Amino acid sequence: MLALLGQYGPDAKVLAGGQSLVPLLNMRLAAPAYLVDINHIAALNYIKAEDGCLAVGAAARQRQVERSALVRQQFPLLVEVVQHIGHMQIRNRGTIAGSIAHADPAAELPALLVCLNGVVVAQSTAGTRFIDAEEFFTGYLSTTLQPDELVTEVRFPSIPPQAGWAFIEFARRSGDYALAGAAAVLTPTADGRCLSAQLGYLGVSGAPVRAHDVETLLIGTTLDDRTLDAAAEEASRIVSAELNDVHATPEYRRALTAELTKRVLRAAWDRRKP
Amino acid sequence: MKEQKSLPEFSETDTIAVVVNGHLCERQVPVRLLLSDFLRHELHLTGTHIGCEHGVCGCCTVLLDGDAVRSCLMLAVQADGMAITTIEGLAGNRDQMHPIQQAFQQKHGLQCGFCTPGIIMTVYAMLQEHPDPTEQEIRHELSGNLCRCTGYQNIVESVKLAAELLREQHLEVN
Repeated sequence: MLALLGQYGPDAKVLAGGQSLVPLLNMRLAAPAYLVDINHIAALNYIKAEDGCLAVGAAARQRQVERSALVRQQFPLLVEVVQHIGHMQIRNRGTIAGSIAHADPAAELPALLVCLNGVVVAQSTAGTRFIDAEEFFTGYLSTTLQPDELVTEVRFPSIPPQAGWAFIEFARRSGDYALAGAAAVLTPTADGRCLSAQLGYLGVSGAPVRAHDVETLLIGTTLDDRTLDAAAEEASRIVSAELNDVHATPEYRRALTAELTKRVLRAAWDRRKP
Repeated sequence: MKEQKSLPEFSETDTIAVVVNGHLCERQVPVRLLLSDFLRHELHLTGTHIGCEHGVCGCCTVLLDGDAVRSCLMLAVQADGMAITTIEGLAGNRDQMHPIQQAFQQKHGLQCGFCTPGIIMTVYAMLQEHPDPTEQEIRHELSGNLCRCTGYQNIVESVKLAAELLREQHLEVN
């Protein structure tokens, strides 16, 4: 498999669930000379908790993650996020790693991976690379993955037991690509202040965004209304001015991002454990 | 000087064996053929409809090893060794209707009927997993199937009746 990619890499595309690639083929937007189908590689079909992470193999489908007792118990945030992806028929085929490798800025999983500071495991005949999420996504449908590399695994770090988490997105119709969305993980101190904050956004820029500037505003606060207003304002600055299309203007997306920021932070903070 | 790279020749066709509606079908197919086109053009099972051909409308939904999937987002060669159920195989007999089909007829769950096969296959998969869904669950699970005629109200009513009929049938069998 890796030898095939090594040989035909620039002319080949990896076919996993196919729920993004096959539409591109059908509409003649992509025309790779070769497809390398990884669906039958049983060794890549796994979901396991190890080293403080949930490791999902490249052939594991979104629906498997959604139904997994392990994920439901230990990574409920991932289940919540996956349930926002497309529709049941899409999730029955679509894979976790495929969504990451496809790197659609409006997709849910890349934003979550960036929020959690997850890791992409990429293999080629030359060896294995472990790529941090923020280093992986470089722009619209673009990553640092090389043509001869295969994403073999995606690692979602565990969140602290006392942390609160939430995911929210706004789409015009159920299952559509969201206009904007955010994932948040907030860890409280023993005296009820914000110890650490992680925020990842989708749909606001050419790539998923980790909002470090917004996070900094939250540290040490009790997430009172003034803090939330400031966070919302800071978050609205992330929205790219280039996102001007038939679905929404940049102004609308800024207002939406500000409101979603407040809601996701409130929901995450309410879920924290004392 | 860079050598002119010539792409290697792979076969453009492949032989697949799939069980469709209980019958084993072996065919040689172009590797680029979609599963939806395989069902319609090779097997002449034209009950599986093609609407958008990019995974949005849900008309081409079939069961693949029991799971509802878009047949337009898969290559036929990827289904090799798998079992497919289409709308033609649901009742098991040409002269009969499946309880879900009966419910759609009774409750006027269709008008032009173009989306109906995809919706019924989706409903089948849904009721296998949730035999007694709430209205909200029905609407959520059907969100991947578009209907331009009905306004969905009668589809939701049909699904409620279908769930009832299937539960009764289940009680009778046991």
